[in-house]
Amino acid sequence: MAKFSGMKINPKHFHRSQIKFFIVLIPMAIFVSLPMLFIVSHAFKPMNELFAFPPRFLVRRPTLDNFRNLVSVAANTGIPFSRYVFNSVLVTSVGVFLSILVTTMAAYALSKLKFKGKKLLFEINTLALMFVPIAVTIPRYLTIARLGLIDRYLVLILPLIALPVGLFLVKQFIDQTPNEVIESAKIDGASEMQIYLRIIMPIIAPAVATVGILSFQLIWNDVVGSTLYVDDESMKTLSFYFSTLASLVGNPVAGQGMMAAASLIMFVPNIIIFIFLQNKVMNTMAHSGLK
Amino acid sequence: MIRKMNGPWWFLTPYVVLFATFIVIPVLLAIGLSFTYFNTIETPEFVGLRNYIELLTRDEVFMQHVLPNTIRFAFIVGPIGYGMSFVLAWMLAQIPHRPRTLLAIVLYSPSMTAGIAMAVVWTVLFSGNATGYLNAWLLNVGLVQEPIQFLTSPQYLMSIMIVVSLWGSMGVGFLAMLAGIMNIDQTLYEAAYMDGLKNRWQEIFYITIPSMKPQMLFGAVMSVVGTFQVGAIGVQLSGANPTPQYAGQLMVNHIEDFGFIRFLMGYASAVSVVLLIMIYSISKVTFSLLGERD
Repeated sequence: MAKFSGMKINPKHFHRSQIKFFIVLIPMAIFVSLPMLFIVSHAFKPMNELFAFPPRFLVRRPTLDNFRNLVSVAANTGIPFSRYVFNSVLVTSVGVFLSILVTTMAAYALSKLKFKGKKLLFEINTLALMFVPIAVTIPRYLTIARLGLIDRYLVLILPLIALPVGLFLVKQFIDQTPNEVIESAKIDGASEMQIYLRIIMPIIAPAVATVGILSFQLIWNDVVGSTLYVDDESMKTLSFYFSTLASLVGNPVAGQGMMAAASLIMFVPNIIIFIFLQNKVMNTMAHSGLK
Repeated sequence: MIRKMNGPWWFLTPYVVLFATFIVIPVLLAIGLSFTYFNTIETPEFVGLRNYIELLTRDEVFMQHVLPNTIRFAFIVGPIGYGMSFVLAWMLAQIPHRPRTLLAIVLYSPSMTAGIAMAVVWTVLFSGNATGYLNAWLLNVGLVQEPIQFLTSPQYLMSIMIVVSLWGSMGVGFLAMLAGIMNIDQTLYEAAYMDGLKNRWQEIFYITIPSMKPQMLFGAVMSVVGTFQVGAIGVQLSGANPTPQYAGQLMVNHIEDFGFIRFLMGYASAVSVVLLIMIYSISKVTFSLLGERD
């Protein structure tokens, strides 16, 4: 019998046999992270370094000028920077909360409750995994206009709440939870809503975190809502303001520094949340399979 | 009140209403409008299949640029991005926990950036004058005499779009596949080697992929959708719709061009429907390709 020499999943320690993986992975990671490092470095460059020729990748004398400019350019357009921040934080926090609530409730019903059309509903949702919102921008706009949602905060949130991928992931996750717990709670007289709130929610915390991250990325980064559905400048979000920078700042080079600073502001919350929750995301993804 | 909430509709109504309003109705509306002439001011006028016929026979830009571009872009970015996600996930699964977590976060991070937010990087990197990093480097090394207009010249735009898209292709599907590999029962491998498995290739095809097929399928859908989703990148890079000589024009841009620039909503809807059908068929084909290994 040959000694077992195959794949070792999740090894405890470093071993020479792993070197070949690191040889691929580390250069790959460096290549992938270069644009990120560039953003960080560029965001802190003073004007003369932005203009420097030949261009230097790393910043020499970091300043916060670009960030200050972001604030002052916003003030020139008549909308204070803090207003954009407020809008983004409001819309994102309400949106993420609602998305988690709506998605997990639906997932619980699809996983554990019995009703007519359950299979069909799940299949339609699975089909919607292939949905590309950008393809139906126009009819979506027409629907929203007809509903009278134009120029309301809600329009920045509502279209992004029902997340087929989120429902799919949570439903698969809830499928793994034992029915016995639910049954015994029912015998004790708990309603389905109570079971969902007190038993299911704590168990599915990883899946909740995952939906939270996905919907955070979607809403925080969203530009379409502010561009198309809202005319009132004071209701638009940070991501929208940043997307207009190129046209607001006449000087393209000075604009670059500001845009790098803007990209950094957009990116940092995403990465921090992901780093904190990555364990939970991986836990959820383990049940992500399409069967 | 919570004590009395039983029955599935307490749970389903919010999701179903939002799902119907913002996903199902727009898709149905797109299908409906695709059979009309609609300029956003007058009421839509029914024209039968005229939009589709025009799209397939008269729209030279679509047939000569948009469709070939979309197919080329999708068939390069989709499979390569998917393959890369799998290979990287497979390697990550075989290194210890700490470096794995760190590297996975780094590889996943591009997909967290909003497309528009990153446009600045690419415009600076590929800038058409000597202050662009790539041009500065090429001039410095002596490979070129004159800076290259990367973003505005048709021959480079598509390649740059592909590289940029691949850079961000390790998304949710990548995480799913990593989790899938991590959860394969280690004893399966040991048993398979006792049964005469010879090398790592056999191992990948007979054990790894079949054991994580559900995640492979999920990853495939995510990568197909992701590929079509990033379509707007050419317009962001070149700063113009239409892109220079339509070199980076994808279906998504064509929809925008006709819908929001020329206000031919009926025609744009027909393009949308064709795009949705394409995504659906490519996903189905991918499924049957992956499904055969059962």
